[in-house]
Amino acid sequence: MEFRTHLMVCAGTACVSCGAFNVKKLLEEEIKKKGLDKEILVVGTGCQGFCAQGPIVVVRPDDIFYQLLSPEDVPHLVEEHFLKGRPVKKMMYTPPGEKIQIPTMSEIGFFNKQRLIALRNKGLIDAEQIDDYIGRDGYNALIKVLTEMNPDDIVKEVKDSGLRGRGGGGFPTGLKWEICKNSKGSPKYIICNADEGDPGAYMDRSIIESDPHSVIEGMLIGARAIGAQEGVVYIRTEYPLAIKRLETAIGQAREYGLLGKDILGKGFDFDLKIKQGAGAFVCGEETALMASIEGKRGMPNKRPPFPAESGLWNKPTNINNVETWANIPWIILKGADRFASIGTEKSKGTKVFSLVGKINNTGLVEVPMGITLKEIIFDIGGGVPNGKKFKAVQMGGPSGGCIPAELGDTIIDYDSVTATGAIMGSGGMVVMDETTCMVDIAKYFLNFTQAESCGKCTFCRIGTKRMLEILQRICDGNGVEEDIGKLQELAAQIKDSSLCGLGQTAPNPVLTTLKYFRHEYEAHIKDKKCPAKSCKALLTYEINDQCIGCTVCVRVCPTKAITGERKVKHLIDQEKCIKCGACFDICKFKAIDVN
Amino acid sequence: MNTNVNDQMKNEEKNKLVKEIVARHMHSKGALIPVLHEVQESYGYLPDEIQEKIAKEMNISKSEVFGVISFYSHFATKPAGKYKISVCMGTACYVKGAGAVLDKLKETLRVKVGQTTEDGEFTLEECRCLGCCGLAPVLTVNGKVYGRLTIDDVDTILESYKKDGGIA
Repeated sequence: MEFRTHLMVCAGTACVSCGAFNVKKLLEEEIKKKGLDKEILVVGTGCQGFCAQGPIVVVRPDDIFYQLLSPEDVPHLVEEHFLKGRPVKKMMYTPPGEKIQIPTMSEIGFFNKQRLIALRNKGLIDAEQIDDYIGRDGYNALIKVLTEMNPDDIVKEVKDSGLRGRGGGGFPTGLKWEICKNSKGSPKYIICNADEGDPGAYMDRSIIESDPHSVIEGMLIGARAIGAQEGVVYIRTEYPLAIKRLETAIGQAREYGLLGKDILGKGFDFDLKIKQGAGAFVCGEETALMASIEGKRGMPNKRPPFPAESGLWNKPTNINNVETWANIPWIILKGADRFASIGTEKSKGTKVFSLVGKINNTGLVEVPMGITLKEIIFDIGGGVPNGKKFKAVQMGGPSGGCIPAELGDTIIDYDSVTATGAIMGSGGMVVMDETTCMVDIAKYFLNFTQAESCGKCTFCRIGTKRMLEILQRICDGNGVEEDIGKLQELAAQIKDSSLCGLGQTAPNPVLTTLKYFRHEYEAHIKDKKCPAKSCKALLTYEINDQCIGCTVCVRVCPTKAITGERKVKHLIDQEKCIKCGACFDICKFKAIDVN
Repeated sequence: MNTNVNDQMKNEEKNKLVKEIVARHMHSKGALIPVLHEVQESYGYLPDEIQEKIAKEMNISKSEVFGVISFYSHFATKPAGKYKISVCMGTACYVKGAGAVLDKLKETLRVKVGQTTEDGEFTLEECRCLGCCGLAPVLTVNGKVYGRLTIDDVDTILESYKKDGGIA
């Protein structure tokens, strides 16, 4: 049936949490009520990326972008736009600080600087319909490798594309495949690492939710190149929607004969299994991940032997991350040259980032390598909200580091990011403003790695604990001058004597904040002050002359630390004050100073 | 005291539950973690006696079963409350004030992270990024997501569960 208009309702996790399913249901009902159901089709898609504005509906082919929709908006929207043909301005996007709405998606800054390869189908297909994927050239790359290419050709194509591992390591994908292909041993396995553990990052979840077949097709191509018959997708148990969509996709691919025996009649056998994680960050490390698939405690093992020689069940195994797999069909279909024409000399193609934290346009973005941090944060992300100053961006999660605003011209490629002390990582990009304390952030990440250390290596297990104690002491106002030296010493020892990536990179958040924000550490230690006004123990609340004596703060103070009569300036008893900030939040006259 | 309804099951029923789940997975390699996932899903948690039954049924040592359970944070050896509140402490939520939300919950419920309220109603947990960073700060109650939180939302959410089992 032909429809004149498609309404693409974003059904990613964030939009679903804001009520996208309800909006979708109401849209369908309302359209039916108006007798438009033969002309207009409502489609649930994967994540559109602009998560801060959910629920989102994109009208195609008109390209009109509606956002922050509530159930009450639906009848009006259907009546005005779809019946009377008048797009509804007040449901459109207005850039922060501006007054005029932007009607179409392609004009919105958030979208128009992006370059989509891994997310090529986002918002365009229903992730639960294999036919939608096939309609967008899906599985054509598989047909190409099975009919026109031998395994060596496939490896060469991937090598020539310059694709590097998108999980964070940045190891050349083609080379990894070649080593595994040439290893002796049978059977061989391939694994998709979907154990996206970095806090503040959700690229992989989004790819699986919006386009699961691109990952399956990528794995099929990899399996053909390497000579594997079995594949495993190891996915976090915290991602129920992604697991469900992947299960559906695998079932449909089997039905179509794209997984199983004698695929497309070419004598190629391959099948996929899903294994759920159980909440251990270290399982994102490849040797720990394989231990977990084998049903054991997820502890890393030493390398060599590398997984390509002896991996899962001691057989040659190739592991790639979700985003890496999703790039593969595009590369095969469009050619290595086209992929390699995007990006910088040593980092080709695009990278998906989850842009979160103190930023106006929170969401998922895919950008060409070589773009600068500033372009991402200001042109795509719309800058920092509430007129605050951009201070730093954290890249690479607990293994990464904080890049200060002064280095905003740093370009996105593996080597430039590494030169700052951070890492490209899997794509978490957490923006921080002047109110974020850098010592506190370092403490936050250390707390994370300390809790997630598997305990195998002593320095990682105990060293991170000691570092955390020092950082806690500094934030509490009990830091001493030797602390900075001690942190640096411990950091070097942990890096040198840990077996896996978790330990080797755990000190990075501390080292980068020390490198760029040493003055904040010193202010905490020497002056007992937190420049970002974030560490509670170092704050004092005082009432200034703006106070008109309204007694609102007196009433809100939980410890009765504020005294004062009507129309007389109030006073805070510092002994009783617990620094909860309730008075500051409630005062309308800016009469509370925080020092 | 907080209890789990399944603790009232007869011994044979517990045996049957474990046996059926193990039988479904035994043919594949690396079956232990999927078995633990399913048993916890149906039974609610993984107490000592259940661990013993799993070990016996899978013909492995109980220390191996316990070793895996204690390694992964998803597996629980104590029963949870009726409503499980998970506060996301991912980086995005953290910089947007998840700590204050967690403090408010601790104060209101009078429990620490990992504990259950005396009436067995609420268990408070923190989790590592739900991937809803666009909605930060976020918490979930039995899987239902509440986003863009302020500390004032905490009471409203708790009240709704106390009264009628949650906002629909």
